[in-house]
Amino acid sequence: MTQQALLLDIQGLSKRFGGLQAVRDLSFTVAEGEIVALIGPNGAGKTTAFALLSGFLTPDSGRVVFRGHDLRGRKPHEINALGLARTFQIMRPFPRLTVVRNVMIATLGRHPRPAEAEARARAVLAELGLAAKADLPAGGLTLAERKRLELARALGTEPALLLLDEVMSGLNDTETGRIVELVRTINRRGIAILLIEHVMRAVMSLAQRIVVLNHGERIAEGRPEAVAADPRVIEAYLGDEEVSAAPA
Amino acid sequence: MRLLVGLALLTLLVLPAFLSSYALTIFILILFYAFLGQAWNIVGGYTGQLSAGHAAFVGVGAYTAAMLSTEWGLTPWLGMFVGAVLAAALGAIIGYLGFRFGLRGFYFVLLTVAFAEVCRILVSNIDALGGALGLYITFTGNPRQFQFQDQRAYYYIALALMLFATGVVALIERRRFGIYLGAIREDEAACEALGVNTFKYKMLAMVVSSGLTGLGGAFYAFYLFSVQPNTVFGIPLSVEIIIRPIIGGAGTLFGPILGSFILTPLGELSRQYFGQSGLHGAHLIVYGVLLVSVVLFLPQGAYPYLRRLFKRA
Repeated sequence: MTQQALLLDIQGLSKRFGGLQAVRDLSFTVAEGEIVALIGPNGAGKTTAFALLSGFLTPDSGRVVFRGHDLRGRKPHEINALGLARTFQIMRPFPRLTVVRNVMIATLGRHPRPAEAEARARAVLAELGLAAKADLPAGGLTLAERKRLELARALGTEPALLLLDEVMSGLNDTETGRIVELVRTINRRGIAILLIEHVMRAVMSLAQRIVVLNHGERIAEGRPEAVAADPRVIEAYLGDEEVSAAPA
Repeated sequence: MRLLVGLALLTLLVLPAFLSSYALTIFILILFYAFLGQAWNIVGGYTGQLSAGHAAFVGVGAYTAAMLSTEWGLTPWLGMFVGAVLAAALGAIIGYLGFRFGLRGFYFVLLTVAFAEVCRILVSNIDALGGALGLYITFTGNPRQFQFQDQRAYYYIALALMLFATGVVALIERRRFGIYLGAIREDEAACEALGVNTFKYKMLAMVVSSGLTGLGGAFYAFYLFSVQPNTVFGIPLSVEIIIRPIIGGAGTLFGPILGSFILTPLGELSRQYFGQSGLHGAHLIVYGVLLVSVVLFLPQGAYPYLRRLFKRA
């Protein structure tokens, strides 16, 4: 564990959908400036955990404290304003708005004057290599570009913690490498990152710590090498196609 | 573009000098419906919250101004603002119920229609408000009582209302509020994730829209010298309000105006033409055909299409 200050503290988080216990008694922390990966087989409850953290779902029990604020009962936009931004696994650009407008929706929160918000948005787009697309409708972007737009928008809210939900899935090796570099750059600026990812090569190279979920429960946590060697983790993934892509 | 707007404005300012009294009536209606369409545009077009009960706000504005004038002797010039405030309050109630409880799409349409209908039935049964017959305003021709011998005065008031609403929309469009509205229309959850308080901005849009619409109620009452529950609260008026911005281009600054210039003369002329042949209500078929054509061929409305044509040229 790092010695840095605690940014996110999750204690005993649970969520049930009818007969399905999607997340069970989940606890872990993210320190300031840290990169933590949340992995697990499909249906392990990763995306549900993100929805609970970002206020899109209300937990049945448990507590989430972010920068000293209890997030219970807070709406998604309030949580975002506290500095916790998320991306969506299924990307949700505003298709009819231009790319720069898409990012402005994010930057206007901290820069209420449209001219300022636009300048900020263009700076973020330039950083993510989307400057050339800024004035085109977002609906026309390629998959890789939409992934980067999703990242640009989250970044535009100037978060302290970024939740990235599979921002690399479906991308080729070059594009994945590019996102890995971007995530690293973002992190170097002091933004902590919690990522859900199936692309193991990316997880192993990025994460300082890995939390493994299975059936909604945390089954392992630790440094990447330790987690990869953990028999419980191997068992959880066994028979899963992800295993072939696992630890390199 | 600026030149074009300036020329159009100049034309509208001098136009009444050249119009017959019948043509003047049509132009008054064009401007007034453009104003109502513009007010609706804020919540229905930009925000994408399909209110199909905006007649309720016209009704509240009309009854308020008329009652204050006939019972309390308050000039409609002030009464119209009281009407606007009450209409905005009704808009806030409808908006709160709709947005707090997450009524989207058809459910929001039904909620707004239901409120307008409840208003209509309530007012029809309150004797103090004239019941089903409504209120009649005695013509005095006194400008202080919002009454004019010269029809051209109504033309200029309707023009002023339209310009005011368009100015409000132009102002909103370029501020943070307006930029958020366009994104709320596209994807509310994504907005929330980016820190946008969607409830607050939808409420604001609803209140501004209903207040502006209520402002028009006084004009309606004092231009026609009467207010009847079936006309000012009825579904047909709500449809008239919605159909112009949709045909002209919902969520665009000039869409409602263009829509009114297309539809109002068409509606009036066909109403008269079919009416003379004993086919009352047949003008609605014209509306229907036009609406279907627009949805099929110009789903964004006429104004965005024209703008593209101009840009290409």
